[in-house]
Amino acid sequence: MYIIIVGGGKVGYYLAKQLVEDGHEVLIIEKDAARCEQISAELGDIALRGDGCEGATLEAAGTGRADLFIAVTGDDEDNLVACQVAKTKFSVARAVSRINNPKNEEIFKKLGIDTTVSSTAVILAHIEQELPSHPLIALMTLRGGGLEIVEVKIPRHSDVVGKRIRELLLPQQSLIILTIDEEGTPRIPSDETVVRAGDEVVAVTRRESEDALRAVLTGTQEGE
Amino acid sequence: MGCGRVGAELAAILDREGNQVTVLDIDPDSFGQLPSDFRGSVVVGNGIDQDVLRRVGVAGADAFVAVTPGDNRNVMASQMAKHLFGVRKVVCRIFDPIREEMYRNLGMETIGPTRVVAGLLKEALEREPAETPASEG
Repeated sequence: MYIIIVGGGKVGYYLAKQLVEDGHEVLIIEKDAARCEQISAELGDIALRGDGCEGATLEAAGTGRADLFIAVTGDDEDNLVACQVAKTKFSVARAVSRINNPKNEEIFKKLGIDTTVSSTAVILAHIEQELPSHPLIALMTLRGGGLEIVEVKIPRHSDVVGKRIRELLLPQQSLIILTIDEEGTPRIPSDETVVRAGDEVVAVTRRESEDALRAVLTGTQEGE
Repeated sequence: MGCGRVGAELAAILDREGNQVTVLDIDPDSFGQLPSDFRGSVVVGNGIDQDVLRRVGVAGADAFVAVTPGDNRNVMASQMAKHLFGVRKVVCRIFDPIREEMYRNLGMETIGPTRVVAGLLKEALEREPAETPASEG
């Protein structure tokens, strides 16, 4: 396969190295002349100095015959434009982009970038599974009966995302009384309300059920 | 988005005409270019961060203009305003004529100062040079 990589930083370099080892034809497009020389000295003549967002550079790189176009600079806006130019002007079959801000995944998808990879999101997913980073926040204790009002934010990968409230197996005497979506709109949920990632959920629960409630609302199949 | 010479000038004009204007820039010092009687709001933030765009209320805006010095930032922010937040009127400045043409063909409203200014300069060069001193003197 002929693979073009925009950005000769650490990600681009190690990606190219591996792909060359696997027998692919690889070209790195990199703005910085010194970095280009360094790459060529180590990996052979596979670096082209230039701006990967510019049509002329992509023309010189033979983007029209590339099987795969990968943008891995440290700037999301540069990766986006490089992929859009490659797709629009050179009709590359597949454009892959690194994204630094995980929230950019949605806009990249909307604009036709085939695949996005976010190292930030990957690392986050790992630490979210290993750390109890979505604790219940106890807002107040109700008088008598050991009941509490607690708040928890629904993580992106939680199993309850997309489910209706009535489908949730909440611990006994636990009740979701309020949801606040990512836009900040509060709602009193009904049985049919669908739980969404990023919702802040306020619930009444028994003190001894806290852990069980947290597991239901934030757990994933692999974790917890 | 972008409080350079053009952004500040445009914001001042729109403000004077009675529009509700918010200026966004990553450099707090940039707002010094706005006139002292500017009544709109200024926000320090990165215009290609959707959280920032949401916070400044882009979703409720009638129009969005991107005039930072970076073509790619302008392009990305404009597409976010249009496709994520549904702003109806989005205008984007792109210096690189090739990219400007490409995004115009993709349906964006773009302004390409490079070709426009080069054209104006060429026209000025072709005009008879005698006119100006003669009218003054």
